[in-house]
Amino acid sequence: MAGLDETPGTTGSRGSRLLGCVALASLGVLGVLAFVLTGPDVRIHPTTGEEFGQFDAVRMLYLHVPMAILMYASFLLCAVASVGVLVKRTPWWDVMAHSTAEVGTVLCGLVLVTGSIWGRPVWNTWWEWGDVRLMTTLVLFLLFAGYLALRSTTSDPRRQERQAAVVALVAVLDIPLVNRSVAWWENRTLHQRSTLEELKIEDLTLFTLMFGFLTFGLVVWWLTLQRFRVGWLERAAIDHAVGSAIAERRSETSAVELDAAIGVPDDPAGEESP
Amino acid sequence: MTHLGYLIAGWGISLVVLGGYALRLVRRGRSLSAEVPEDRRRWLESPGTDRD
Amino acid sequence: MSEVRRFLGDAGLVAARDLRIEFRSRVVVGQVVPFALLVLVLFGFALDADHRTLRMFASGLFWVAVLLSALLAVHRSAALELSDGTLDALRMSGLPPAALFLGKATAVFVQLMLLEVVLLGGLLVLYGVQVVDPMLLLVSGLLAGVAVAAAGTLYGALASGLGVRETLLPILLLPVLAPVLIGATRAFDDALGSVAVDGWAWTGLLAVAALIATVVGALAHGVLIED
Repeated sequence: MAGLDETPGTTGSRGSRLLGCVALASLGVLGVLAFVLTGPDVRIHPTTGEEFGQFDAVRMLYLHVPMAILMYASFLLCAVASVGVLVKRTPWWDVMAHSTAEVGTVLCGLVLVTGSIWGRPVWNTWWEWGDVRLMTTLVLFLLFAGYLALRSTTSDPRRQERQAAVVALVAVLDIPLVNRSVAWWENRTLHQRSTLEELKIEDLTLFTLMFGFLTFGLVVWWLTLQRFRVGWLERAAIDHAVGSAIAERRSETSAVELDAAIGVPDDPAGEESP
Repeated sequence: MTHLGYLIAGWGISLVVLGGYALRLVRRGRSLSAEVPEDRRRWLESPGTDRD
Repeated sequence: MSEVRRFLGDAGLVAARDLRIEFRSRVVVGQVVPFALLVLVLFGFALDADHRTLRMFASGLFWVAVLLSALLAVHRSAALELSDGTLDALRMSGLPPAALFLGKATAVFVQLMLLEVVLLGGLLVLYGVQVVDPMLLLVSGLLAGVAVAAAGTLYGALASGLGVRETLLPILLLPVLAPVLIGATRAFDDALGSVAVDGWAWTGLLAVAALIATVVGALAHGVLIED
């Protein structure tokens, strides 16, 4: 997707700029779809004839649902990348794991916030302890917030990579368990609260949801890409700083000999696969 | 529009947070790019040097 | 089969060592258990409640006290390896990491069982609960203990060390144990007769959690302590 036509001094490239513009444009279109072209969710009660439904609060779902799906995708990618860290042990997998975890956690926080804001007018409460999705998402957020906290501690990067990978995998494995336990717990309450079943999904609503998914897919792709690049540069910066420090101490050794000694391949284009 | 306040809050917070995060990433990318010399910046799709 | 025997023997050695240290230093008995009882007392003060209300919340309060105290016990267990290069010595001795894990987790488990017994006494005396189904209480308490000990030992290996890492243990461990908290509380609710739920079904969930925690812990512990 991105070519090697990087702009010096930034993490941008022609490809990522294009992606970013398309994502923004898509966001604009989504806004129009969500607020202008689609209507509120209004239904007539069969017996009393009153109007009921989510009314305009449904417009929140065009944001909330796509973000939730992409959050799961990010965490899934993180789990895959964590396996990659443990098996392949290259920096690429590690930076990928960290990036997807961070983007996923941001999305997760937003999912919780938008879900709560949506819930207030529709369910008449900011938080619902018995709701399966809410609880699972909350625990997911806590699990990955812990992962990020671990990542932010400075320690031997090779150890930290593997430890973080284990934490991510345990987190992902824990989720079905959390889901099951909360689902059983919720059965105490008398009624189900499922959003998509309540909603009358007609053509334009469905299209907007799908478009929302596409839009946020682009946004998340851009964010993950940028975060990956930042993470990569961070590693390079540390390596560079260490390398320079060593070189300074042994100033009679040239940098080239030093690189050769610590095993950096001659070819800076890096032909190895991850 | 009904529930307008909630809509503004929800969409607003999301866009602000995502936008702010994007900005932070771009800024951090710029400052890191300044620190790292050209030949070490293999950050694109191509996998980079593996020092392990 | 002799390999399995040796493995179990190794684990037993580690468990025995940890428990011997505890017996001599009395950290769990002298500090962690009183802390747990203190938590129960604090809840009593904070909730300003009568016996009836406390009985209703007893199982939840019990398990929160256990989890908080488990943090201390696990931390202590992990810290044992940090002094005098013990961990390096163990690694180099050829002791399989899984055996180390099993041994340490067993020691923590034993300590947690002691803790649970004392806390149960606290519930009986301070909160006035009545035990309706002692078998359910025993089994669920055991299984939850295994899950907490296993998960705790795994994360303990991670979060021990210098400075900043120590405070990581709670935020890493507690979310992972959320299902155990939910399951154990519901099982105890049934066993103490406070809520009409199927405690044995929840105990099944606890069994699954305990199994997963032990297996994952044994497999992953090696990764976490290696250099």
